[in-house]
Amino acid sequence: MTDQSQAHVFTPTPPQPPPANMVGVVGWLRANLFNGWFNSLLTVFSLYLLYLTLPPLVSWAFINATFSGTDRTMCEASPHGACWTFIKMRFNQILFGFYPEGEQWRPIVTFLIGLGGLIGTAFRFAGKRWLVLFMLTGFPIIAFFLLAGGYFGLTEVETAKWGGLTVTLVVSVTGIVASFPIGIMLALGRRSQMPIVRSACVVFIEVVRGVPLISVLFMASVMLPLFLPEGMTFNKLLRALVGVTLFTAAYMAEVVRGGLQAVPKGQYEGAAALGLGYWKMMILIILPQALKLVIPSIVNSFISLFKDTTLVYIVGLFDVLEIIRVSTKDANWIGFEKEGYVFAALMFWVFCFAMSRVSLRIEKRLDTSHRK
Amino acid sequence: MAKDGAGAGGAPRTSLLYDPAFRSIAFQIVLLVAVLFVGWYLFHNTTQNLASRNIASGFGFLGQPAGFDIIQTLVPYGQSATYGEAFVVALLNTMLISAIGIVLATIIGFIVGIARLSSNWIVARLATVYVETLRNIPLLLQIFFWYFAVLRALPGPKQSLSPFEGMYLNQRGLYMPVPVTEPGFWTIPVALLLGIVGAIAVSAWARKRLMATGKPFHSFWAGLGLIIGLPVLAALATGVPFTFEFPELKGFNFQGGVVLIPEFMAVLFALSLYTASFIAEVVRSGIMAVSKGQTEAAHALGLRQGLTLRLVVIPQALRVMIPPMTSQYLNLLKNSSLGAAVGYPELVAVVAGTVLNQTGQAIEVIALTMAVYLTFSLIISLFMNWYNARKALIER
Repeated sequence: MTDQSQAHVFTPTPPQPPPANMVGVVGWLRANLFNGWFNSLLTVFSLYLLYLTLPPLVSWAFINATFSGTDRTMCEASPHGACWTFIKMRFNQILFGFYPEGEQWRPIVTFLIGLGGLIGTAFRFAGKRWLVLFMLTGFPIIAFFLLAGGYFGLTEVETAKWGGLTVTLVVSVTGIVASFPIGIMLALGRRSQMPIVRSACVVFIEVVRGVPLISVLFMASVMLPLFLPEGMTFNKLLRALVGVTLFTAAYMAEVVRGGLQAVPKGQYEGAAALGLGYWKMMILIILPQALKLVIPSIVNSFISLFKDTTLVYIVGLFDVLEIIRVSTKDANWIGFEKEGYVFAALMFWVFCFAMSRVSLRIEKRLDTSHRK
Repeated sequence: MAKDGAGAGGAPRTSLLYDPAFRSIAFQIVLLVAVLFVGWYLFHNTTQNLASRNIASGFGFLGQPAGFDIIQTLVPYGQSATYGEAFVVALLNTMLISAIGIVLATIIGFIVGIARLSSNWIVARLATVYVETLRNIPLLLQIFFWYFAVLRALPGPKQSLSPFEGMYLNQRGLYMPVPVTEPGFWTIPVALLLGIVGAIAVSAWARKRLMATGKPFHSFWAGLGLIIGLPVLAALATGVPFTFEFPELKGFNFQGGVVLIPEFMAVLFALSLYTASFIAEVVRSGIMAVSKGQTEAAHALGLRQGLTLRLVVIPQALRVMIPPMTSQYLNLLKNSSLGAAVGYPELVAVVAGTVLNQTGQAIEVIALTMAVYLTFSLIISLFMNWYNARKALIER
């Protein structure tokens, strides 16, 4: 028995290993870098480009760079490297502007509360809605009193002294939070059946989207004083905030409108069939679905707003970029423009890149479609 | 409530408050009144403020002499020029930088976008690094970088860099030779025009033949040959009717030739590299939107990679790409206003900056500036809508 069955067992010959040039490092190189003469040429060209740029960059930014000292003497000793001493000496201003040294814990605490809240909203837990509610209502109030002071025994710090990253963050966060409700109202207005409401919203949205932010800020800085009754003045920060908020609101309106259009018509009809009025229908049924759809676009608007805050120098605010630009004009630090702008670029890049990754993650998490 | 209903007779009526039509009209009237009131209030304040500050109103200032100089002018602009002429000069500068910027950004954007999808690992990585770096850094910062850290840091005129014979790059800009025309020069533009017309005719004929017989024709190379060849022939036939004027170092600066001012170059570099990173993403998502079956079918038909891309994928991707591309072009136009930050004499710098400071007529000046951008936005969107409609027709 055993002999017979063994005689008929099929034993395949083991497969031969793939050719040496198809596997491992060599195979990968062949498949990804040298498949065809054109790709090989491109590879060689790219490597040459990297060879031209990377080593000088590394030697400038790290190997020959100066990190120590308190003035330019150390930097002049190594002229072919970056002078990070300049950034080190100005770092406090880059973060806080002219905010008094002794009070700088206040922006830091505000920032930490905000950051904690943001990280908290990334997780799922039972009381999350309370956290969101706090971030949208309580946090701005706390932030205002912490930063501006004047109450609860905090000394007042006038907004003219704010600057650097503090101003950049204040303008962008306030801009996005304040423009959100306005944007929703504009989007609803644009889709309304009422002709006057609709045309008013369309005109506002299209005019604002058709002009550059710089001209809106110009308007806020030179026309706002003309519009107000005599003797009434606005401080610079508020002017910038008004301009930035109105500008962002128009873009936000288009984002929200996209979400409203993506909600299936059955949802509107279902809500109407339940006997819900317009506002109940919108707040309970439509907006929750519409806003969930556009969260990634909202994050993207936030990124572009964050980059656009660099324009507030028009109204005379000292944001990160303006502080650095002014610093490079300082007689003690002339000639270190490269360091200043490279550092500013790095700061903006870290913020924007992190946010764009967050946006991608949210997009993936919310994606309920079955596309590959 | 009950009394209202009883008075009408017939079907019981609820309060007027719950009638949607009435509510809609009432709400709109309230809104209109509110808007009109706010408008009147602002107007009232403004007229009072203007009166107390002794600022004139109206556009009369456009005819007054401007009395300031502009560093880059495409049309003659002298000492006695008016604000109106300054406006035209600024407008042309904005148009110049936007037009060149759009062309450059589209070319770079297409190359980078396609490179990101390349099967070549290192090329795809480099393109990704390009996109992720440039689009996450504010444009204003990039303009400052090019202007203050690169172009302003160049050596002075005496130590100019000279990448090519007759070209000089220094702190004050890029000096290039300029052709000076001689009698008989008119033949060259005419030949160029003929070449362009010929190229269009050839490509139309080639397409017709391709549709009728299936025989391809290299209309691209033929067209290129016509466009370049005819002017060259015309130049040779008339005995090269132009000479080059070379910039020369005289005293402390270069004389002659044509100069690209550093403000122009900084804004142009930053604007086109920044916008290109967005266009690259538009191109990439457009190409990815074309289903994979199309590429596979084209490969199965025996088309090579380049032909597949050119004949199958890009024509279909173009349709998806047009709307986002339009908004990128509009962004570029609006972003050209950032040139004001480094003193490139475009619309915002000249009109909303210098003219506003000199005349104080904030409302007219800002309205003029915004009106120009709105008009441009409208024109570009209309053109792109037309193009979109034309491309969309090809679909089934």
